[in-house]
Amino acid sequence: MSDLKFGTEEPTAEEKTAIDELLSEIGPAEIKLDERFVVSGRTRVKDRRRLLLPALHELQNTSGWISPGGLNYACKVLGIPPAEAYGVATFYHLFSHESPEAKDLIHVCDDVACRLFGAETLIEDLKDSGHKVKPSPCLGQCERAPSVLIQRTNKKDLTAVAESNNSLTAVNIEQVLTSETLTPQMTVPQKGSEGLSLLSRVGVVDPESIEGYMKFNGYDALKKALTIGPDKVIEEVTTSKLSGRGGAAFPTGVKWRAVADQVGRPRHLVCNADESEPGTFKDRTIMEGDPFALIEAMTIAGFSIGAEQGWLYLRGEYPVAAERLENAITESRKNGFLGENIAGTEFNFDIHLYKGAGAYICGEETALFNSIEGFRGEPRNKPPFPTTHGLFGEPTAINNVETLVNVLSILTLGGDKYAMQGTGNSTGTRLFCLSGRVVNPGVYEHPFGITLREVIETAGGVVNSKKIKAILLGGAAGSFVTSNYLDLPMTLEDTREAGVSLGSGVVMVFDESDDLPDTVRRIAQFFRDESCGQCVPCRVGTVRQEEVLARFTRNAPFDTDEELLEDLSVVMKDASICGLGHTASGAVLSAINLGLLERTR
Amino acid sequence: MNEIPVGAPRSQIEVQIDGKQVKAVEGATILNICQKEGIDTPTLCWAENLTPVNVCRVCVVEVEGSRTLVPSCSRPAEDGMVISTDSDRVRKSRKLVFELLDSSVDMDRSTTEVKEWMEHYEVDSSRMGSKNEIATVAQPPKIQDSLYVRDYERCILCYKCVEACGEDAQYTFAIATAGRGFDAHISTEFDVSLPDSACVYCGNCIGVCPTGALVFKTEHDMREEGTWDEETQEVTTTVCSFCGVGCNLELHVQDEKIVKVTSPADHSVTSGHLCIKGRFGWQHVQS
Repeated sequence: MSDLKFGTEEPTAEEKTAIDELLSEIGPAEIKLDERFVVSGRTRVKDRRRLLLPALHELQNTSGWISPGGLNYACKVLGIPPAEAYGVATFYHLFSHESPEAKDLIHVCDDVACRLFGAETLIEDLKDSGHKVKPSPCLGQCERAPSVLIQRTNKKDLTAVAESNNSLTAVNIEQVLTSETLTPQMTVPQKGSEGLSLLSRVGVVDPESIEGYMKFNGYDALKKALTIGPDKVIEEVTTSKLSGRGGAAFPTGVKWRAVADQVGRPRHLVCNADESEPGTFKDRTIMEGDPFALIEAMTIAGFSIGAEQGWLYLRGEYPVAAERLENAITESRKNGFLGENIAGTEFNFDIHLYKGAGAYICGEETALFNSIEGFRGEPRNKPPFPTTHGLFGEPTAINNVETLVNVLSILTLGGDKYAMQGTGNSTGTRLFCLSGRVVNPGVYEHPFGITLREVIETAGGVVNSKKIKAILLGGAAGSFVTSNYLDLPMTLEDTREAGVSLGSGVVMVFDESDDLPDTVRRIAQFFRDESCGQCVPCRVGTVRQEEVLARFTRNAPFDTDEELLEDLSVVMKDASICGLGHTASGAVLSAINLGLLERTR
Repeated sequence: MNEIPVGAPRSQIEVQIDGKQVKAVEGATILNICQKEGIDTPTLCWAENLTPVNVCRVCVVEVEGSRTLVPSCSRPAEDGMVISTDSDRVRKSRKLVFELLDSSVDMDRSTTEVKEWMEHYEVDSSRMGSKNEIATVAQPPKIQDSLYVRDYERCILCYKCVEACGEDAQYTFAIATAGRGFDAHISTEFDVSLPDSACVYCGNCIGVCPTGALVFKTEHDMREEGTWDEETQEVTTTVCSFCGVGCNLELHVQDEKIVKVTSPADHSVTSGHLCIKGRFGWQHVQS
């Protein structure tokens, strides 16, 4: 837009090329001579704004930071005010705003699981050997703690993962840097077993080959969907009683029906693959091990709600999943399962892959929309809900990865047969992310109704048969339980009644030797770091909560601190805009109620 | 001539607010109803001349059937809603939200109404710890020119200045929120100084700031000298003489000198917003 004021800094030749390539298809947002009225210019700017996040990724990867010249150039061609673009760039952890000191930046996870297994030592070792290191929130590889993401300049990002817990060393990381290979990381101890549905192909079928996928019933469900029509698909999903697996357990059929009934077009299908809940790595396992399944399920969902555009928002810390999904999208397009006239029908659908850049809050659905649209990942006030005002303000269905993949077996089995698995309204199977002090950490698939004890026993029980001190159930946004809860059936109804939540399927086990006060303080720090900062109760409340926990771990709490924590909890739940504030105190309060901070009190 | 589309007729709805049945027009927010009914409702990020952003959360009310409290400034009232504006739950949230702000921000130069609300809710943030032990936004003021002072240790991040600079008034987009979480702050790109930024010095950000984080340099200097005395100031309303638009100006005069210029938010021409000339071009009057 000609009436915006830009800076005078120039991009480097490489930065300019990277941005130009991104815009090669739709061109820059300049106003043409015959367009005196702002309307047409504004429309073009709106079309391009969604390229801001990809443009920032290009700049970061090209130069190792968001340079003033690069940002200025991106703003000019996208028609975005520089102050706003800077606001967006500074929102994300994976973008640097200072000229980089080294080509590689090593993000070491020091979150709840990884700090049990030497994350802090690894950080020191890496620093000592001259690397640029940044402690990171959960990287979603908790089954092989500690985990590392290597962000590189002008090269693909790498992850470094050890063979088992507690064994990653600075030397391993040097090897990864030299060999430059992405390590495949799925850990599915049940791999190849009978009776698996969501995990049936993971670790068995080549995730990079569409032929392999097709041999294992790949695209059968889509073909069936195209035959029976959208209404029947939604009917099957409704009959199956499938509920959302991202944490909120909303009935999927109801959501799809609501979007399908909207008059407005276009409509959108968004897949929330911004898996960032500490202790969660199930969606990564599916995306790395069975990427075609997600692409097929998204296509079915798009078909049933009448959407022609699918948006896959993948967390930026998952380079292996990104590569495999990109490949799956390309291969599906080549084979007529994406694009125009899918499988010879009149249905058109395509998927845009968006990579996040390090922000837990972007897993909140409306924050995710803002992030795709090129704005700061700040949640919107609800209502209105995404079904009517979602991505670009248009009707949108947004579903978690695991939820979507369930649709494949619903269509293959039939909704009523699917509903026979599990119990009552908790139908189907559920992925559990086992980490911490269990013998065989990894992702497990179990029907709803299995007890917590069985879940842990299937993972080999506790290392060295030690006593369980606590289990973090449902992630940082979930709560702690003790071994009193071991016989709790893992269903939506039973957990709700017990005042806990399955959340994203996290089961993180701590034994008696673990420093729980430290873990709880780290959870509080997580919310402090990840709050978007928009609303006061969460922005300041999470800080005050972390300060109280820090006083507890220093053994110097104020007399009024417990009361303050409770008040903060009430008000963050009541007055925050989104789920982050609503759940930020859950695990902390449960730890206090269970006496897990006793040692220091 | 273009036809002016006539929207669908708006129906009347009825809600219960603090036990009283009241009628309202469909589309009215809960805050609109509160204001009409004379229910004093604290607001920090809301202003009648800006789009609601519902971030400060001091205007929350309790709506029957809602799991959480709802921001009255942006929630349209619905027929049959049962609303409480002064329940224990509401008072507790409003009080603590003010306390959280008070513990992290210097609220001393807030507007009179903000101070009255803080008094009404008996705000006392001392239990959070003393300010040198806990996280605050303390920092030196940014003084980069002869017109503005940006004193961000008084900033509560209400987004009003960003809105006034952007699509709600000026379309200049010189400032935006940068950073995240507690580190979020209002900034130009790469924090360049205001003269280097897109700023056009309309002063509309100053006009909407509720906590004295953005002030005229004249006001800042007088406050630092201890000579600022709002009680003795006289406000004279006049019309700006620079062009033919007809903006209303309110000249704030202390000791026969203009110390600040504002425009009423409900004025049909300005909606409270001015340009650099109306806002700052008065030195010739007293030279």
